[in-house]
Amino acid sequence: MAGPIIRASGLSKTYRISEKQPGLAGTIQHLLRRRHRDVLAVDGISFTIEPGEIVGFLGPNGAGKTTTLKMLTGLIHPSGGELEVAGHEPFRRQARFLRQITLVMGNRQQLIWDLPALDSLRVNAAVYGIEEAEARRRIAELAEMLELGPELQRPLRKLSLGQRMKAELLAALLHRPSVLFLDEPTLGLDVNAQARVRDFLADYNRRTGATVLLTSHYMGDITALCPRVLLIHQGQLFHDGSLADLTQRLAPCRQVRLELSDLQPTEAFACFGVIEAHQGHQVRLLVPRAQLTERVAVLLERFAVVDLEVSDPPIEELIGGLFRQRGEASVTGGVP
Amino acid sequence: MSWAWRVARALLGSQYALMLEYRAEIALWALSGVLPLIMLGVWSGSGAGVAAGLTPQQISHYFLAAFVVRQFTVVWLIHVFEEDALQGRLSPLLLQPLAPLWRYLAAHFSEQATRVPFVLLMLVVVGLAAPGVLWWPSPAELLLGLLAIQAAFLLRFVLQVIVTTLCFWSERAAALDRLLLIPYLFLSGLVAPLDTFPPAVRRLALATPFPWMVDFPARLLAGEPVNVALGFGAIAAWCLLLWPISRVLWRAGLRRYSAMGA
Repeated sequence: MAGPIIRASGLSKTYRISEKQPGLAGTIQHLLRRRHRDVLAVDGISFTIEPGEIVGFLGPNGAGKTTTLKMLTGLIHPSGGELEVAGHEPFRRQARFLRQITLVMGNRQQLIWDLPALDSLRVNAAVYGIEEAEARRRIAELAEMLELGPELQRPLRKLSLGQRMKAELLAALLHRPSVLFLDEPTLGLDVNAQARVRDFLADYNRRTGATVLLTSHYMGDITALCPRVLLIHQGQLFHDGSLADLTQRLAPCRQVRLELSDLQPTEAFACFGVIEAHQGHQVRLLVPRAQLTERVAVLLERFAVVDLEVSDPPIEELIGGLFRQRGEASVTGGVP
Repeated sequence: MSWAWRVARALLGSQYALMLEYRAEIALWALSGVLPLIMLGVWSGSGAGVAAGLTPQQISHYFLAAFVVRQFTVVWLIHVFEEDALQGRLSPLLLQPLAPLWRYLAAHFSEQATRVPFVLLMLVVVGLAAPGVLWWPSPAELLLGLLAIQAAFLLRFVLQVIVTTLCFWSERAAALDRLLLIPYLFLSGLVAPLDTFPPAVRRLALATPFPWMVDFPARLLAGEPVNVALGFGAIAAWCLLLWPISRVLWRAGLRRYSAMGA
């Protein structure tokens, strides 16, 4: 298919919610004369994603990420705008479209809880019209990539969270979708399991050329997998580009750490930038990017520097800081 | 092997395995479906059946047949659907190229299969408690009776699909299903054979889908004279009337679906 595999233009979603005041009076009023309010969850966002891209979808709780994912998969109807995924209008949910996509939700499972995953996989293979021999081959291949074996024959409820998540991924990918929507796929997993799921996703993308749109609670997932991120806030697209560009946009300064051989007064560093910390021989400064080279050169010339490190502030802090400024507490995922 | 056959086989296989996991619960459900046996006791003890022109044997055959019919026409779609919609389990099903209703239908058929040994055991207990009360229907009666049970089940299923689609508008649509319980109990023939109804009430009942859900298959199994073509025709007509309504409501409901909990 030529051109973008996902195309969203002016996409919006408004929910109508009823409001209830606390207490008996509020309850009676809610019963007799219900008040409704329109909530604009997604406010005219536009973006395109090319085939084979892995894109991270970031935003604070309630930013509109999950609502956007639901529209992209066709689970809910957009209130406005245009949307095309793999050549289809998702909300029509045509079989040809559904065969090309998958949605993995870290907090929800599609596998049958009381049966071994293999039973559910057999149903999935039949539903997607995969021949039995081919289904066995794909299960074996994916199970090897995911390091799953006898676990597939145990009831799902007997598996650990990490094993269940891997089994869910296997089920979601059995029909070889070309577009993967992953909503918090590493939610609740330990560090090792998170790393294995990330490796698997990167490997799957390399092998199949599938497009991946990923939301995650963990910035580690985004930094490891996504060369490009979409940052959404209050239903609007705040950033579409690389993480490095986002860092540059959010952090006009870079962090310079110095270790000195002798003690210096704090005022000595005031002309170089914002002094974040100064303790003994250790100094941490924020220096404007434009003057970085020049000022570091002066620092090296003027002081007896034992060690020097220039870095960007952690991306979580930058995004968190941005949303705190705008009245939000966190940058992590969540259902609106 | 056709796609539909493979899907049906896989769904029925997995759902039967699942129902076997819940066998104790299903045994309790089977036990809870003894209303026709209670009504048999009431009608036999009061002599009301004889007053209504039915022999004691007709009464016992009818209610035992109604017991069997009731056991295999139970529909619980709305309760699981409501829970699935509220808990976000419906969303993954909607993203597969198979309408979720087929999974629920397969679950019902599998639950019926799991119920068979419990129902047989209960009939044996009834036979031991009241010797001579059981009878063997003729092969034709048995075949037609079983077909009528499945047809009645499908009619109940389609009717409940309509109420189930209201889950898209209300988070507690299962309560609406309870409204249907009253006409179902009194007009289906579950508490009294339709022959014992006053003519005007009987005519009214026959104009609803309910008598075809219990009275018709029960009378077939009991060997009573029944207009077989009319019975199956009425079930088909009701299904043909209700199914398009359910489809329209389903599509309208999906437009409102907000995929909560997912």
